[in-house]
Amino acid sequence: MKRYSAFAIAREATRYHQGWERAWASPDPKKRYDAIIIGAGGHGLASAYYLGKNFGITNVAVIEKGWLGGGNTGRNTTIIRSNYLQDPSAAIYEKARSLYETMSQDLNYNVMFSPRGVIMLAQTHHEVRGYQRTAHANALQGVTTEWINSARVKELCPIMNIEGPRYPVLGGLWQARGGTARHDAVAWGYARACSDMGMDILQKCEVTGVMSEGGKVKGVATSRGDILCDKLGIVVAGNSGHVAEMAGFRLPLESVALQALVSEPIKPCMDIVVMANTVHGYLSQSDKGEMVIGGGTDSYNNYTQRGSFHHVEETVRALIETFPILSRLKMLRQWGGIVDVTGDRSPILSKTPLEGCFINCGWGTGGFKAIPGSGWGFAELMAKGYSPLTSEFGLDRFKEGRFIDESVAAGVAH
Amino acid sequence: MLILQCPYCGINADETELAAGGQAHIKRETVGSDDNAFEDYLFRRVNPKGVHFERWRHANGCGKWFHAARCTMTLEVFGTYKAQTFEPPQNIKDAISAKRPGWKWGDFS
Ligand SMILES: Cc1cc2nc3c(=O)[nH]c(=O)nc-3n(C[C@H](O)[C@H](O)[C@H](O)COP(=O)(O)OP(=O)(O)OC[C@H]3O[C@@H](n4cnc5c(N)ncnc54)[C@H](O)[C@@H]3O)c2cc1C
Ligand SMILES: [Zn+2]
Repeated sequence: MKRYSAFAIAREATRYHQGWERAWASPDPKKRYDAIIIGAGGHGLASAYYLGKNFGITNVAVIEKGWLGGGNTGRNTTIIRSNYLQDPSAAIYEKARSLYETMSQDLNYNVMFSPRGVIMLAQTHHEVRGYQRTAHANALQGVTTEWINSARVKELCPIMNIEGPRYPVLGGLWQARGGTARHDAVAWGYARACSDMGMDILQKCEVTGVMSEGGKVKGVATSRGDILCDKLGIVVAGNSGHVAEMAGFRLPLESVALQALVSEPIKPCMDIVVMANTVHGYLSQSDKGEMVIGGGTDSYNNYTQRGSFHHVEETVRALIETFPILSRLKMLRQWGGIVDVTGDRSPILSKTPLEGCFINCGWGTGGFKAIPGSGWGFAELMAKGYSPLTSEFGLDRFKEGRFIDESVAAGVAH
Repeated sequence: MLILQCPYCGINADETELAAGGQAHIKRETVGSDDNAFEDYLFRRVNPKGVHFERWRHANGCGKWFHAARCTMTLEVFGTYKAQTFEPPQNIKDAISAKRPGWKWGDFS
């Protein structure tokens, strides 16, 4: 692989940019791999990458039914933060956030990580208490966050109306090293690095069955033929229940639509990320100037990657009080992704009832931020059978009542 | 916008008039059931890609709970029926079979 650098740009400029290589290969499937990952979203690709980088396992295929990064990884609002309440969450999300800091250098691919700071607004007294508690928890976990008052919120984000009659801003939980990254670039950067290690990324290849023998995984049936493997990782987000069914087990999660929308581009007016969980809205400004807005999930099962219009309406209606500037903006695009939501709003990174088959799912509305940490831990789990990062996120936690309850802690969407 | 007909008052209700109640026909476990059965009952869900049975409440209407048969891949509604039943009535099953021959959902087909 030719490395990207300022020198490479200069070199290519002198020859009409004819020398750029394809970022990743598009090979035909082999008969057998040491490990197969189903799903070339961020989590699947990161898992493959760390299997190679940390454990030297490179005879790996990542199988994708569409195009890589075309699932939720390419549909999310890219907020990165690690200010969760529970210790296991703080560990994996902070690992991820810290890996984002150096991801561009590590992958030699500019993922445009922008640690511009994230505020989670407290707009009720309940939230004030909740976020102060989180700030204390984060201090003990070694995650740098801070409780700030409403005057400081206004200073950080002058376009905000903090005196709304319905949703006054009472303060916020501030994580200065949270922010955003370019979602596609995260998928593309990992894909390029995986391909460079000799892994096969098989796009337009749908897994239609999981083959097993004597309770142990043997391979997968796909739209491009049967492929054998020793170990299998299922990393398919909204399709997790569907693929788990192929492998013979049922999951404690449901698939629902989550939507986002962007406005027409305007001049820079907001250089941080703001989340307003009481009204299920969150907001940042893209480099192009669009206001990127995310909302809440629909309430019913759905695989169509479309959501209900009234949710968009509700999100925007509520945000307008806090961001009056939005009321005069035209919205350009709106889209949905299918997210896999568990009861405790925490992910599942686990062995499964089928030996040799592992699952990484349940990231629901908030897994973009976790991609590198999840890949790091899941690769260790697949390679060694145990990872301290993932040990609390097993499937058995539901039976044993050991929930990692972030639904009341970190709040709503993502 | 999803529109379901309330089988009690007959109104075609927009989803804003309804509250979703999750998977239908879950068998309640009780004293004497083992941990696996409880885990199934409390947490594991069919979450199907295709035919699905759900509970809904006509929240901003007559207030009653009812059941709906829907397709989660197309958002097509096969029919709605009253809640006082352990399984979908035959006319609903027939309506589904007409459109999705060979369908299966949990123990029903
Ligand atoms: C609107 C929206 C906003 C969001 N905002 C945020 C945010 O601000 N911050 C944040 O941290 N998170 C956010 N999220 C959540 C985040 O997008 C997801 O948690 C994350 O992208 C999941 O990554 P993944 O790799 O697990 O899944 P995906 O990127 O969905 O990848 C799974 C892949 O598996 C493939 N697949 C499925 N079935 C098969 C099969 N049978 N065979 C082969 N391949 C298959 C799919 O095609 C897909 O490409 C948001 C999500 C949405 C929808
Ligand atoms: Zn009614």
